[in-house]
Amino acid sequence: MKKLAQEFLKGIIRENPTFVLVLGLCPTLAVSVSVINGIGMGIAATFVLLGSNIIIALIKNYIPQRIRIPCYIVVIATFVTIAEMTMKAFSPALDRALGIYVPLIVVNCVVLGRAEAYASKNSVANSFFDGLGMGIGFTLALILISALREFLGAGTLLGHPLIKGFEPAFVLGMPSGALLVIGLLLGFFNLLKKRKA
Amino acid sequence: MNKLIVSVSPHLHNKESISKIMWMVILSLIPAGAAGIYIFGIDALWVIILAVVSALATEALIQGFTKKKITIFNGSALLTGLLLGFNLPPKVPFWLPIVGSCFAIAIGKMIFGGLGQNIFNPALVGRVFLLASWPKYMTTFIQPMAAWGGYDAITYATPLALLKEGKLTEKIPYLDLFLGNRGGCIGEVCIVALLAGAIFLFIRGYLSWHIPITYILTTGIFTYVFGPKGLFTGDWLFHILSGGLILGAFFMATDYVTTPLTRKGQIIFGFGCGVLTAVIRLWGGYPEGVSYAILMMNAATPIIDRYTKTRIYGTR
Repeated sequence: MKKLAQEFLKGIIRENPTFVLVLGLCPTLAVSVSVINGIGMGIAATFVLLGSNIIIALIKNYIPQRIRIPCYIVVIATFVTIAEMTMKAFSPALDRALGIYVPLIVVNCVVLGRAEAYASKNSVANSFFDGLGMGIGFTLALILISALREFLGAGTLLGHPLIKGFEPAFVLGMPSGALLVIGLLLGFFNLLKKRKA
Repeated sequence: MNKLIVSVSPHLHNKESISKIMWMVILSLIPAGAAGIYIFGIDALWVIILAVVSALATEALIQGFTKKKITIFNGSALLTGLLLGFNLPPKVPFWLPIVGSCFAIAIGKMIFGGLGQNIFNPALVGRVFLLASWPKYMTTFIQPMAAWGGYDAITYATPLALLKEGKLTEKIPYLDLFLGNRGGCIGEVCIVALLAGAIFLFIRGYLSWHIPITYILTTGIFTYVFGPKGLFTGDWLFHILSGGLILGAFFMATDYVTTPLTRKGQIIFGFGCGVLTAVIRLWGGYPEGVSYAILMMNAATPIIDRYTKTRIYGTR
C-alpha cells in the first residue's frame, strides 16, 4: 500500500513531468493561455495516461521488443481518439480552443515516456497509480502556468476580471510569454530543490 | 606569495575601467536627454528619472538577494535605465518605465549572470517587452514643443508611423528632423545632440566607427534602392534622420558586451542591423525596426565572433 502511495505521489512533485522531467512542453507552451484550457488539456492527458498505462502494463509480455513503440502508439492513439470524441461531444467550445493539441497528445512525451519507462516494466496496479500521479502532476503544472499567464497576460482568472484598473501585459499571452513563464518557473523550482539539498 | 599576480602576456596596463567608460557614455548622452526634455516638457524628465532609479534599485535588490557584490555605482545599470528612458515616449503612465527597467535589469541582464554575461542589450530587452505588452502606451507620441505653447500635450504621430500608414502627405523639412522638431521617443529625436555625444566618444576613443557607420550607411543605401516609386527613388536622408536609427547605431548597437569583438565582425554586425532595420521599415508590420534589428543581431553575435576569429600569428 505504501509503495502504491509512493508511485502516486512521485508524479506530483518529486518527478513532476513538466518541471522535473521537462517532458510534454509543446502542449504546455501552446495551450496554457487560459486556466480553462489548462484544466481541459490536463484532464485529457490524465485520461490517456491512465488508459495507456493500464493497457500497456497488461499486454507488456506479448509486445515484441523490436516493435514496442508502434504498439504503444496504437494503444495511446485509441485513448486519444476516445478523449477527443468525448470532448467534441460534450464540450465543443473547449475542443475548439485546444484545437490540434488534443490529437497531438498521441505524441506527448509524458504519455510515451511513462509507457516506455514505467508501464512496460511494472504491474498493472503500480502503473495505474503512476499514470494517475503523473497526470495530476501535469495538470497541476498546467494550471499553475496558465493561471500566471492568464492573470498577468489578460487580467482575468477563469474568465473573470480580478483587479480593477490592472493593465495586463499582453506579451505573456503570446508564445514568447509562455517561454518566459515556464523558464522562470523552472528556475524557481530548481532553486527550491537546491536549497533543500 | 598571494600578492604575486601571474598572467599570460602581453603585460600591458590600461588605465581604463568599466565604470569610467560607462560614465563617459552617460556623459555623452546628457545633451540628447536635455534636448528631449526641452522638446517634450518636464514629463520626459520624470520618465528618465523613474527608469534610471528603478534600474539601479532592481540591480541592488537582486545583488543583495543573491549575496553578490553590489555594483550599482559602476554606471552600467544607470546607463541601461537611461537608454530605456530615452527609448520611451514622453508621456507614459508612471509605472511603465519602472516595469520596463525591472524587466531590463532582471531578465535582460542579471538572470544571465550580470554585466558581461548578457546576450541581449538590456535596455532594448526592456523596450521590446514594453512594446509587446502595452502597445497602446508605447505608440502614443506627443507633439514637440507643445508644452511651450501652453498645452499639456497634443497627441502626434512619428514621421515613420505616418509613412507606414501612407499619411505622410507633406515633406517634413530635414532641418526639423535634424534638430528634433518631430514626434518620437525622448532621446531619439534630437539628432544634433546625439551626434555631438557620439563625436565626443569617438574622439576619446570609446567608440569605433565600424558598427555605427556601416549600420547607418546600409540602412541609407537600402532605403534609397528600394524606394516607393521603384528602384533608386527612396528618401534615404529621411530614413537616416527619423526613428531611433542614430540613437540605436551609436549608443545601443555599440554596446561592448553584446556585439562582435573583431573589426570584421563589427562590420558584419552593422550591415546585418542595417538590412534588418530597412526591411522592417519598408515591408514589416512595425513602422520602426531599430530595436528588433539590434536584438536579432545580438543573437547572431556569438556565431559572427566564431567565424571572424583573427588568425594567431604564425599559424595557418
